[in-house]
Amino acid sequence: MAKRVSASNVTAYYGGFKAIENINLTVEPKTVTALIGPSGCGKSTFLRSINRMHEVLPGARVEGSLTIDDQDIYDRDVDVTAVRRTIGMVFQRPNPFPTMSIFENVVAGLKLNGVRKKSILEDAAEKALRSANLWDEVKDRLGKPGAGLSGGQQQRLCIARTIAVEPQVVLMDEPCSALDPISTLAIEDLMFQLKDKFTIIIVTHNMQQAARVSDRTAFFSIEKTGDPGRLIEYDNTQKIFSNPSVKKTEDYITGRFG
Amino acid sequence: MTTTVTSHRTRPPAQPASLRARRLPWYAAPAIAVAALALSAALVYGIDIGGPVLVVVLGAVLYLVGLFAAANAVEGRRSARNRTWSALIHSAFVLAVLPLVSVVWTLVSKGTERLDGNFFQTSMNNIGARDANGGAYHAIVGTLEQVGIATLITVPLGILCAIYIVEYGRGKFAFTIRFFVDVMTGIPSIVSGLFVLAFWVLVVSPWFNDGRPSFSGFAAALALSVLMLPTIVRSTEEMLRLVPPPLREGAYALGVPKWKTILRVVLPTALPGIVTGVMLAIARAAGETAPVLLVAGGGAAINTNPFENNQSSLSLFVYQQAGDASKYAPARAWTAALTLVALVLILTIAAKLLARRNRLSR
Repeated sequence: MAKRVSASNVTAYYGGFKAIENINLTVEPKTVTALIGPSGCGKSTFLRSINRMHEVLPGARVEGSLTIDDQDIYDRDVDVTAVRRTIGMVFQRPNPFPTMSIFENVVAGLKLNGVRKKSILEDAAEKALRSANLWDEVKDRLGKPGAGLSGGQQQRLCIARTIAVEPQVVLMDEPCSALDPISTLAIEDLMFQLKDKFTIIIVTHNMQQAARVSDRTAFFSIEKTGDPGRLIEYDNTQKIFSNPSVKKTEDYITGRFG
Repeated sequence: MTTTVTSHRTRPPAQPASLRARRLPWYAAPAIAVAALALSAALVYGIDIGGPVLVVVLGAVLYLVGLFAAANAVEGRRSARNRTWSALIHSAFVLAVLPLVSVVWTLVSKGTERLDGNFFQTSMNNIGARDANGGAYHAIVGTLEQVGIATLITVPLGILCAIYIVEYGRGKFAFTIRFFVDVMTGIPSIVSGLFVLAFWVLVVSPWFNDGRPSFSGFAAALALSVLMLPTIVRSTEEMLRLVPPPLREGAYALGVPKWKTILRVVLPTALPGIVTGVMLAIARAAGETAPVLLVAGGGAAINTNPFENNQSSLSLFVYQQAGDASKYAPARAWTAALTLVALVLILTIAAKLLARRNRLSR
């Protein structure tokens, strides 16, 4: 299921502005990798370029190569929708579809990609909701609107929606930044379980969270505002947080800058 | 902690000694209103300068002044301002609603006189000036067909155009289209009627009609389409822009293609607003008289075929009856006007209910 993601010389632009430059990084299957760094250092840009969401914005483009199990996702003949089905994404703010019920939200990815059979959809919904630790809370109100859930439940609904299409890699862009500590804990627990099946890459501003959930951590930074973001250090999480090899990483994680 | 915070401010706000303040009693405002009206009536009728309208207007002004003075004396300046502004805002609301209530009242009181079965079952065919009967069946048929055809033409075209502008359009071409849609919004209805007269009735319709130009309900529908299209495009465009981008991204991230995202996520989310825009356009089109007169010609007989010969419409019927010499004509005009308003109202309510049925949120 899970696949290896590797980036070589990835550079991303917003129009004329270079947001990240020459990112080289390999993420092993079935691990959690955290991307940390100060605001504006390009971690989200890098994350979005992994499933080709970066190019959704007008004028945005990516150079370099990004492969998942040796398939370059930026090849000319690659189908973007297939890439996004393989590499799912959870956003910072929960974004359930407001016109759909909880059930419809979970199976939206399957349904909109042509799966019609009710029994398949029902099984997939239950499986995804169970994986997202949401089944017990919503099983009696699957027909109710997804927007009626609490913020933490909505975010788990979005995670369920993402894993319902059975991707191989799950990207999370600050999934807990809009949530309270209890919902955050629920989602962190969830990440531990999902690790068995998926490769997870998470952007977070919360360094404790990075230390808690991730196996490896990548530290991004910029020289000054307007400069492109660069990968400063990428290592085992334990090493990054106890004995980083670059001075700048140490400064950041000890709170001396950023 | 508190001291450090206040020391940052250059001028700390004055702290009231107590949280309680003197208030006007609840009956003060109505009492001032009654006193203002009485004073105003005494003034107006005393020196005999006007009637009840002036009494109310002067009374309102006196009420505002009196309320401000009383509140200023008892509650202080800030509270007096608050009361005066609230009173002003409420009067603005009353001023805005007054004409509407007046229109509805006039319509209902005058329109019910001929609100009978005969009105909805007969046309004006063979109805003479001394004939009390006669109805608007032919006009209702005309309005429904013309507006119906115009809606069938403009709704798909307008929504697709708005989708292009919002979701696909980039650069000069999209900008040009937006610009011309804006220009079209301001086209007077008579111009759209003239356009269809010159283009459809005089040039195209002879091809289908043995070389003779012909009025038709369809030509009226075309003229109404020209008027409806920009309204629908603009309102749909605004509604599509209100759909939050994260919803689109959420669908993209599930591997849903763009067209399907628009069809299944963006449009349903914007649907209630789009329906409102379409209903506004329909209401406007149903009330148009000039283009129908120009290209459908009107007529007294029932003609259910929109593609051939003259057709009337409710607004045209109102226009013709209101100008008719018969003493029975004004009653028919009022009832037709009431019918038109009721028709638009029923359509709007039905469309809103339909749009809401599909919406789950809140």
